[in-house]
Amino acid sequence: MATSATFRIWRGDPAGGAFQDYATPVEEGMVVLDAVHRIQAEQAPDLALRWNCKAGKCGSCSAEINGMPKLMCMTRLSAINLNEPVILEPMHAFPVIRDLVTNVSWNFRAKKTIKQFKPRPPDAADGTWRVQQADVERVQEFRKCIECFLCQDVCHVLREHHKHDEFIGPRLLVYAAALEMHPLDIEDRVSDLRHIHNIGYCNITTCCRQVCPESITITENAIIPLKERVVDRYFDPLKRLFRIL
Amino acid sequence: MPEFQRFSYDVLVIGAGGAGLRAAIEAGASGAKVGVVCKSLLGKAHTVMAEGGIAAALANVDDRDNWRVHFADTMRGGQYLNNWRMAELHAKEAPECVRELEAWGALFDRTTDGKILQRNFGGHRYPRLAHVGDRTGLEMIRTLQDHGIHTGMEVHMECTVLSLLLDGNRIAGACGYDREKGRFQLWQAKSVVMATGGIGRAFKVTSNSWEYTGDGLALAYRAGAELQDMEFVQFHPTGMVWPISVRGILVTEGVRGEGGVLRNSEGRRFMFDDIPDLYKEQTADSDEEGWRYTQGDKNARRPPELLTRDHVARCINREVKAGRGSPHGGVFLDISWIKERMPKSAEHIKRKLPSMYHQFKQLADLDITKEPMEVGPTTHYMMGGIRVDGDSQMSTVPGLFAAGEVAAGLHGANRLGGNSLSDLVVFGRRAGRFAAAFANANGPVTVNEAEIQARAEAALAPFDRGPSGENPYQIQYDLQETMQDLVGIVRIESEMQQALDAIGQLRARSERAGVAGNREYNNGWHTTIDVGNMMMVSEAITRAALLRKESRGAQFREDFPGKDSEWGKYNIVIRRGADGEMQVEKRALTAMPDELKAVVEEMK
Repeated sequence: MATSATFRIWRGDPAGGAFQDYATPVEEGMVVLDAVHRIQAEQAPDLALRWNCKAGKCGSCSAEINGMPKLMCMTRLSAINLNEPVILEPMHAFPVIRDLVTNVSWNFRAKKTIKQFKPRPPDAADGTWRVQQADVERVQEFRKCIECFLCQDVCHVLREHHKHDEFIGPRLLVYAAALEMHPLDIEDRVSDLRHIHNIGYCNITTCCRQVCPESITITENAIIPLKERVVDRYFDPLKRLFRIL
Repeated sequence: MPEFQRFSYDVLVIGAGGAGLRAAIEAGASGAKVGVVCKSLLGKAHTVMAEGGIAAALANVDDRDNWRVHFADTMRGGQYLNNWRMAELHAKEAPECVRELEAWGALFDRTTDGKILQRNFGGHRYPRLAHVGDRTGLEMIRTLQDHGIHTGMEVHMECTVLSLLLDGNRIAGACGYDREKGRFQLWQAKSVVMATGGIGRAFKVTSNSWEYTGDGLALAYRAGAELQDMEFVQFHPTGMVWPISVRGILVTEGVRGEGGVLRNSEGRRFMFDDIPDLYKEQTADSDEEGWRYTQGDKNARRPPELLTRDHVARCINREVKAGRGSPHGGVFLDISWIKERMPKSAEHIKRKLPSMYHQFKQLADLDITKEPMEVGPTTHYMMGGIRVDGDSQMSTVPGLFAAGEVAAGLHGANRLGGNSLSDLVVFGRRAGRFAAAFANANGPVTVNEAEIQARAEAALAPFDRGPSGENPYQIQYDLQETMQDLVGIVRIESEMQQALDAIGQLRARSERAGVAGNREYNNGWHTTIDVGNMMMVSEAITRAALLRKESRGAQFREDFPGKDSEWGKYNIVIRRGADGEMQVEKRALTAMPDELKAVVEEMK
C-alpha cells in the first residue's frame, strides 16, 4: 500500500468554491474519513465535515468519493487507487453549507408529510400485540435505513430535476414502505403516494439501490411494491369496472 | 456586540438521543411548549449504536422474571452504590416503556407465540433484553424520532451549547450557537432537561462518537449542579482493535450472548480461570453448560464470558499484559465455533448478528462466521453524572433535570448491558413529565443580558488568537492520551496525580487555543468549546478516582485492589466551590427501605 496519498477536496460555500489538494500519510486499514480527519487536524482546521459513529451506523459522513456517493467511514483506502488524487465532494442533490457539509434539512421536512404509524387495536387484554417473527423480518430491510441520504443524492428526480417539492425520493419511499408493510399498521398512504409524493416520478433506474450502504433493495422491495399498490387502486381496469358497477 | 436569535419555551431539552427525545415527547404530551437542541442531525445520536437490547422484566421468555429480580440484578451490578429508588422505578417501569415503544411502531424480534422475544445478557439472571437483531438502538431512536416529529417539538439541530442560564438560583434556559452559520442563539426556558449522554471522547480508545465530550456534565457543573460517581467509567470488554482506524468501535455483548467465547493466543478459554465469588453460584462450570445457557436451557448457568463488563475487561487486560494476546493487542472472540454445535451456523450468525457481520466484513475484511474476531476493552459508558432526585430527575439546581447517561444513580459502580436503553425511556419520560410540571408551576424567567454577551464574546476569543494559537485538535489528542494512559482501566495514585498535573497544563494551553477561518461550520472552533468541557470532566473523573481508595465496580485501583466495605457506604459528590475550585467529598448513601433490602437479600 502507498505511504501517502493526495486528497482533492472541494472547499467552498454557497457562493462558490474550488478543489484543493492535500497530501497526507496513509496506513494500512485506514478509511477515507481517517485521512480527512488527519488533514483537518494537521492542515485545514476549519475544514467542514459531518461525522458521528465512524462505524456505518449513523449515516452522517455521506460524500461523493471519486464521483460515487459513499460513506467516508466505510470506504477503505485499500479499495481506492491512491496513485491518483482522491476526489472528495459534498453531495450534489442538496445545497452546500460549507466544504463537505450539505443542508439536508429538506429530508426531515419531507418526512413529516408522510402519515405516521397507526397501529391496529391491541390483540391482548393487556394492551400488547401478537406478531409472527416472519412478519417482523419482512420489513427489517427497510428499518435498517441509517438515513445517510445517499439514495436521495443519486436520484435523478432530485439531483438533476430538483423536484424536491413534488417528490419524496427513495429514502422516504423506503420509510413509507416500512410503514405500509408494518404488521400492525392500519393507516392508508396509497393516495398520498400517488398524489402528494408522486411515486410515479420514479422510473426505477435502481441507482438508489446501488449506492445504499445498508444494501437495502430499495427499488425492487420497497418502491415497486408501493407502485403496485397505487396501480392496483387507481389503474386496474377490472377494479375500475367493479367500482362503476 | 454579538447578536442573538431568541426562542422561548416551557421546557428546553438539550440532547436528542433516546432520553432527550423521550423527555421531549413526554413534556409535549403534558402540554408544554418544547424546544430540543442537539449537537448533530436528528437521529444520529449515540443511541443508534446500541446493539444488544433494552432490559425489561416482561417475563415473555422466562416467567420467573419480575421487577424484583431486575432490581436485585441492577443493584448487584452496581455494587450497591446505586440510587435504589431509581433502580426500583427503572425495574418497575421498563416493561411499560418497552410496550409504549411498540405502540409507536418499534418492531422487536418475537417468541414463537408472537410476544416480544428477550435475550440473555451479562449480569441479568433471566433472558430480559427485548431486541431486534443487533440494531436495537437504531430501532429505538428512529421510533422516538418518527413519533416525536409529529408532537410539535421544535428541533434545533447541529448546535453547540455554551452555557446554562440562571435566574437567581433557578434555571432560565441556555445559550449557544448554530454550527451552520455560527449565529448565537438564546433558548429561554422555564425548565431544562439535560440529556447529552457521556464522556467517551475524553479517552483515546472509545466506542463513542465525537459528540461525547461531557458537555452536559460541564454545563450543569458550571451552573452549580452536583455531580456524583464520576470515578465509574465503564470500559466495555469488547471493542474492535484492528484496523487501527476503527479501534474502540463496539462489538456487541450479544456476540457472547449468542454463544461467542473468549480465547487467548494459546487457545485457552481464560474466563473460566477467574470467577468472582459474588457470581460463582450463577456461573457455568463447563463449556457444555455455558453453551446450553446461551441456547435457552433454563437449568443451565451462564458462561463466564457474560460476567459483568468491568470483570471481563480486566481479564482481557490481564491476558494481553501477560503476553497471551492476539496479534493486534487484544484477545480472540469466537462465534464461528458454534458450527460444531448447529447446522447452518453461518446463516444463524448472520441473522442474529447482522450488523456485526457487516461491520467486520467491511471494516476488517473478516468473516465472523468463519474466523474469530480480535477484541479489547474500549471506553464505553459513564455511570456517574448529574446527581438527581430519583423520582423527578431534578438536579440540585431548581428547574434543571437530567436523564440518561448524563444523569447518575441508576447504575451505581457499574452498569449492566441493556440497562441503558431502558434508562433512557424510563427516566426520559420521568424527566419530561416533571420538567413540564415544574414549568407549569413556576412563573416566567428573565435572562441576564450582560451574562450572555460575555459568554458569546468568550466563545469568539479563539478567532482573535487566530491560527497561530494552540491547535485545539492537538490539545484534544493530548488529553485523550493522558486519560487513556493514566486514568484508564487500572488506576494508581501516582499516575492519577500525574494526570492532574497534565490536565492543568492542558487547560493553560486550551486558554491559548486559536482557530482559523470564520464562524460557518468551523469544526476547529467547535473543538475549542468541546475541549473545555472535556477538561472539566477529566478532572472530575481523576479527582473522584483518587479519593475512592478501593476497587469496586468499574473502578480498579492497583494500589487498593480489594473492595472496602467502608467505602461501600458512600458516593463521591463533586461541585464547584465558591472560589471556582473543584470540591470533592464523600456523601453517605441514603438507607434503603426494608422491603427493598429484603428483595436484595432474597435474590443474593
